[in-house]
Amino acid sequence: MPISLAVEDLSAKRGEDLIFHDISFVLEAGQALIVTGPNGSGKSTLLRVLAGLLAAETGKVQIKGAVPDIGHPRELCHYLGHHNAMKRELTVQENLSFWKSFMGDSAGGSGIGIEAATEALGLGGISHLPFGYLSAGQQRRMAMAKLLVAYRPVWILDEPTAALDAAADRLFAGLVERHLRTGGIAIAATHQPLGVAAQELRMTGFAGVGDVV
Amino acid sequence: MSENSLAIRKFSDLANPTRFLALAGRVLPWFAGLTVLLFAIGLYLSFTTEGDYQQGETVRIMYVHVPAAWLSMMCYSVMALSALGTLVWRHPLADVAVRAAAPIGASFTFLALVTGSLWGKPMWGTWWVWDARLTSVFVLFLMYLGLIALNRAMDEPGKAAKVSAVLILVGFVNIPIIKFSVEWWNTLHQPASVLRLGGSAIDPEFLAPLLVMAVAFTMLFFTLHIAAMRNEIWRRRVTSMRRQAARSAGREV
Amino acid sequence: MIALFLRDLKLAMRAGGGALIGVLFFMTVVAVVPFAVGPDLNLLSRIGPAILWIGALLASLLGLDRLFQAEREDGSLDLMLMQEMPLVLTVLVKCLAHWAATGLPLVIAAPLLGLFMNMSEIAIGATMLTLLVGTPAITFIGASGAAVAVTLPRGGLLVSILVLPLAIPVLIFGVSAAYAAVHDPAPFLPPLLILIAITLFFAVIGPLAAALALRSASD
Repeated sequence: MPISLAVEDLSAKRGEDLIFHDISFVLEAGQALIVTGPNGSGKSTLLRVLAGLLAAETGKVQIKGAVPDIGHPRELCHYLGHHNAMKRELTVQENLSFWKSFMGDSAGGSGIGIEAATEALGLGGISHLPFGYLSAGQQRRMAMAKLLVAYRPVWILDEPTAALDAAADRLFAGLVERHLRTGGIAIAATHQPLGVAAQELRMTGFAGVGDVV
Repeated sequence: MSENSLAIRKFSDLANPTRFLALAGRVLPWFAGLTVLLFAIGLYLSFTTEGDYQQGETVRIMYVHVPAAWLSMMCYSVMALSALGTLVWRHPLADVAVRAAAPIGASFTFLALVTGSLWGKPMWGTWWVWDARLTSVFVLFLMYLGLIALNRAMDEPGKAAKVSAVLILVGFVNIPIIKFSVEWWNTLHQPASVLRLGGSAIDPEFLAPLLVMAVAFTMLFFTLHIAAMRNEIWRRRVTSMRRQAARSAGREV
Repeated sequence: MIALFLRDLKLAMRAGGGALIGVLFFMTVVAVVPFAVGPDLNLLSRIGPAILWIGALLASLLGLDRLFQAEREDGSLDLMLMQEMPLVLTVLVKCLAHWAATGLPLVIAAPLLGLFMNMSEIAIGATMLTLLVGTPAITFIGASGAAVAVTLPRGGLLVSILVLPLAIPVLIFGVSAAYAAVHDPAPFLPPLLILIAITLFFAVIGPLAAALALRSASD
């Protein structure tokens, strides 16, 4: 059964400041949403609320159609934040296999092997190296491999391609596209176009924000 | 001035890692063979000479204990020299020598402590006394372990080299002070029971095996040290090759 | 879960990990004591168990502040918070791994230091046993302190200050059990059992509190 992500009247505070309010949208399986806006407009905050890492002030995030019922929507989400969540001291292989077995797969799909995932990001054959040896761009791509080794229907991506070159950018767009084709949902905050057909949510940086275009 | 710099250039020429590897490959089998031979002679002598009439068989521990204790100090001196080499001449191998020597020095010190305490149990009735000499060796052991921990904590060998060189030299300057203060501390508290070994002249009966063992231990140290330096150079090359591999990966995408 | 345990162990063993540092700190602290109180063997053997316990207490506090902070800095904590796996379990496993990497070596090093303190065989055995059952409690208590201080930029010292008072019961019963083994009239078993009870109690409370703190500290 295809899932859908529904957001209703969402608002969030940081400290005492209201960052955004009354954001509502619905994403069906296979759809993507791009969150744009100037710095400080609350893109990252929105994504962290969606990932269940920040409590919403009002409103709610729901994932419909998930079988079996889950405790919290965040359990169906991948969150790729500003940090890579990989240990420099461990090899890429050790990092990825840890996350693969720690996260497990959500119902309705399964992650691919570690070597296959690094191949998919164009970095096959170096997974035996310590993560700290890689360049910033390579590290980012290896962090993206996490999205592939453990299956989650919803991808939440915060500036995913900031450190990437044009070629890796296209590669990643291809991965997102494939994810959408198989019934996934993607939400990305980004300055650059992601390279996939998507709705756009423009955050203006003032309370009263957010038009789905 | 120019003469000086010329000498240094030649000196560092000799210390080119590649040439060191070639030299180490040629020298190591001989060193190892000599070490085994000396140990065979030394151990034979140690077990065939008479036991002491007071201490009995336990006196044979001395043949391991004394050389180990001696080596523990020599190793630190080698490290201090190498540290000087790192800081003053920026010698490429000096830092390798420091890194390779620390675990060996710690092992010899540990051996000296263990044999000392095995010897102490039948002699003094206790495994350990806070005698001035024992205590300084123990402090030396702690210093070795601290250096190893420092080396391990830094993943960049170049940066670690200078920092640990500084620490080694501070330690080296400190050793006489530590030694002096420990002696003062101990004699202040219990002047009567300070136990001294080898206070009386050593009988030639003991001297021969002791000397052979001391030379054997020294050879063992050099064998291990050269081998460890070779491993360290190889380890660094492997690391730089792996970094190279990381850089070149994914270029063609 | 096993994956998390093994990963944390590996991290502790790798370059820059805390496993070696803890033992070294323990040894140094214990070794410094005779310089302060003097080399009198009778005195040392009398205060030995207490010194060993204080050294172990301080040494096990040493790496605690990094328990969650390292995870937070590289973003791993976010992912751990999102999983289906209850956060309490994740914290518990992290505590166990931390103890296996830093606490267990202290227990193993304790007999050696006991010899330096001229302690009798029974006293050494008893101290080792009490350390074995008592140090996990320090880790569990420390986990809650580490979780509270996770967002602070310089939480390291604060964790120690927060945790030390909470660890006093562990110290009391650990040391009294170790002494009871040597001095005849005092019974050995009751303080040991209380120590075990404290450890089990904190094995539940510590991770619960830490999980709660981590959830509310997320921003």
